[in-house]
Amino acid sequence: MSQYKLVHCNINGKDVERMVDVRASLTDMLRNEYHLTSVKKGCEVGECGACNVLINGEAFNSCIYLAVWAEGKTILTLEGLEGPNGELSDIQQAFIDETAIQCGFCTPGFIMTAVEILNSGKEYSDEELRKLLSGHLCRCTGYENILRAVKKTMYKRLGKEMPA
Amino acid sequence: MIVGQREPRVDGYDKATGRTKYYEDRMPANALYVRIKHAEKAHAIVKSIDTSAAMAIPGVVKVLTCFDVPNLPFATAGHPWSMDPGHRDTADRLLLNRHVRYWGDDVAVVIAENEVAANQGVRALEVDYEELPFVLDAQEAMKDGAPQLHDDFPNNILKHTTNIKGNYQEAIKEEGLIKVEGWYDTPTVQHTHIENFGCFAYMENGRIVVVASTQIPHIIRRIVGQAIGRPWGDIEIIKPYIGGGFGNKQDALYEPLCAWCTTQVGGRPVRIDCSREETFVSNRVRHAIRYHIISWLRKDGTFAARKMEVFSNQGAYASHGHSIAAKGLGAFSQHYPCPNIEGDAWTVYTNRPAAGAMRGYGMPQANYSDECNIDDCAKAIGMDPVEFRRLNIMPKGFHDNFSGNTNYYDTYRECMAKGAEIVDYERKRKEYGHDTGNIRRGIGVATFWYNTAVYPISLETSSNRMQLNLDGTVTMQCGETEIGQGADTAYAMMTAEAIGLKSYKDVHVISCQDTDITPTGTGAYASRQTYVAGFSIRQTADLLKEKILKRAQAITRQMPYNMDIVDGNIIRREDKMVLMSLQELAMTAQYDTVNSEHITAESTYTIRNNAYSFGCTFAEVEVDIAMCKAQVTRILNVHDCGKLINPALAEAQVHGGQSMAIGYGLSEQLIFDEKTGKPLNNNLLDYKISTFMDHPRLEAAFIENPEPTSPFGTKSLGEPPACSPAPAIRNAILHATGVAIDRIPINPHVLFAELSKAGLIHDSWLDKEEK
Repeated sequence: MSQYKLVHCNINGKDVERMVDVRASLTDMLRNEYHLTSVKKGCEVGECGACNVLINGEAFNSCIYLAVWAEGKTILTLEGLEGPNGELSDIQQAFIDETAIQCGFCTPGFIMTAVEILNSGKEYSDEELRKLLSGHLCRCTGYENILRAVKKTMYKRLGKEMPA
Repeated sequence: MIVGQREPRVDGYDKATGRTKYYEDRMPANALYVRIKHAEKAHAIVKSIDTSAAMAIPGVVKVLTCFDVPNLPFATAGHPWSMDPGHRDTADRLLLNRHVRYWGDDVAVVIAENEVAANQGVRALEVDYEELPFVLDAQEAMKDGAPQLHDDFPNNILKHTTNIKGNYQEAIKEEGLIKVEGWYDTPTVQHTHIENFGCFAYMENGRIVVVASTQIPHIIRRIVGQAIGRPWGDIEIIKPYIGGGFGNKQDALYEPLCAWCTTQVGGRPVRIDCSREETFVSNRVRHAIRYHIISWLRKDGTFAARKMEVFSNQGAYASHGHSIAAKGLGAFSQHYPCPNIEGDAWTVYTNRPAAGAMRGYGMPQANYSDECNIDDCAKAIGMDPVEFRRLNIMPKGFHDNFSGNTNYYDTYRECMAKGAEIVDYERKRKEYGHDTGNIRRGIGVATFWYNTAVYPISLETSSNRMQLNLDGTVTMQCGETEIGQGADTAYAMMTAEAIGLKSYKDVHVISCQDTDITPTGTGAYASRQTYVAGFSIRQTADLLKEKILKRAQAITRQMPYNMDIVDGNIIRREDKMVLMSLQELAMTAQYDTVNSEHITAESTYTIRNNAYSFGCTFAEVEVDIAMCKAQVTRILNVHDCGKLINPALAEAQVHGGQSMAIGYGLSEQLIFDEKTGKPLNNNLLDYKISTFMDHPRLEAAFIENPEPTSPFGTKSLGEPPACSPAPAIRNAILHATGVAIDRIPINPHVLFAELSKAGLIHDSWLDKEEK
């Protein structure tokens, strides 16, 4: 078997292809081949969530997802979330407004899972949100303001008042 | 007013878009991979290393071993250098070590063109060891005949200090005293910032550049120079954004080794990237400390005498050493002042990973033990724990002669009163604590002692450079680093306020320090940033303002006395008339064809003050007796950290500290195999930091008594939030169950043992076996 394989996929709205090492993780491919450095490495074994991206709309730890599995997939990283002129999406703005960011290292992964949650269009309870976000570790924020940022954006999208 | 407002972070946009560059995001594409061979023995001497198989692997460039390194012992602690040789840190390690002192010690490196070859090379090294007996416990290591780690430290004692007040032995003879004694154990835990430590190094124009995930770039420059035997001016350290530090990166980790490696491959770029497993073991950990406390109480609830013995587990190398144990011992006589105190602290080498600085610097440990004992005292005489603390805690006006600190306000009592009101403490204290079913509720309190910065123990200095830009904004640089806490935002706000700019957005803080460019500072530690930088910001802003107004005098013909800067404009004080904007002034000064001036100011301020920063935690728990599980259902911290510079960021600091401390109290500990000394859970799956599911809502409240020594009325908040939650949780469990648990983490294993001992649970399997 050849050590390299051509992988075609759609990354952040653009069809791309690149030869990749068959042993490489999707994290390696996104960071090294496409310079998408929002994809962070905190453990490289699927424990911390810092490398999380959306694959066909679903959140995955890209460090334990082989690059070759991305063949034909649609991948969204944090870089793909902002508008063409650097406009922020609602959830990115909420992270800033709610002081949900400190060192910023876990932030990209959290935001991408939040996107998956928000795109479901469902209304979740605090407990459900905590569970849905629990695949990510953060050592700075205690998760408190992250929960508020996600919750506020969820209610805003649902067009409802956020309960006190 | 700019200071005191809730404002978003200056680095928020970049972090929300993932543009912020951490060390690995700046990596040269051609960097060689350096991977470290960590010893798989707890204590041994390396006899030889066979490198031939490793060298034969395609892609391996070089193998360097403990037999190749310069014989220059160096100290790693991120402390300011001391001109007094007696006050320096212990220089007890080399870049790679022949004498292996813990499982994970560094014995060799493989440098390779790619990561796979480097890792294969490490696995291919054959190390021949002479094994030695090892010791993991501090008190065991002090015994005669225990395995000896370092030649110059008999019985492995790195240092012993005392804290004596009055006459303890006489005082305990008083009649009718009640003795409350306990042994309190705290675990080895790790910082677990989400970005692992890493760095890269290369040579440029004959000098060595190291880009590192560090909190202390200027100190690292000195240590790298010392460790590899190069003049300090030959070293340039660049600190990009970092993914958390919490004290682990207040130490020279692998920067010296990385710097040396580049010199061994002709100055080509080399990278060291710690894996999570390495970060847990081969960086730094928090000291596990065992305390023995004896309190002698009168029936009225006052103390006749108190005694504390401290056994601090240093691990294999000195790092921050005795400073950690000493801080807690020093606090012991101040937190609850008592006329007769006897205290002893020993810091002891063992064959565990080296312990260094970690958020709270010894106070989470000391505070846990003292606040356990205080609650036990209250219980012993039947007094409410808050009432008991009100009676005995440091009063307003208390003065500490060593630090020069004064408790200017009745801070402790104010914080407890505010907290008690918010959580409805009195009602719950009466209502809880009587449950007889499986779920038992309790509420507990703990206070904490803290100070700000390191004066008078070490140098306290801050330098600052400000430049007036041509658009009227100001660029600011200082050596105190942004590590996630929000320091840059606080600096921008203080600078804007001190100069008289319209908004903190008119200040551009150069976040990333470069020791070639940034004014010398010592970095992020000791919760010093906002307090210490405040002095140099105020002083440098005054200098800049003086230069601006002098220039304005030449242009406007008004005397400097009669001018001020308000909202980015130069105004005449008498009638508040706007004379010109800062932009006009900067442009006119710069493009003056006769007398051009680029307006800057730079200064250093030596801080010779310290400041107390106190507060408390109220915690509510539900203990599930059958499951042996304690759950925190509510937690509130109340802090007096002086005037808040940015309340939104202050609250966020408190949340982070609470989260770390909930883990400290209930779930975190690094476990070592008793038979081999091998760490058993050095990964994020088996080492249990708090997750999203382990918290109730985190609550923060403040008492804003302005700190009189600070030009902005502020004092420490970075570390204090991590100090009191663990004992508050323990005391809540005591209230809920009546069981005093004197070791953390209070996980199900510990609860099972303790609840069984107290007769609250009964193992029916044992009954069956007996039958």
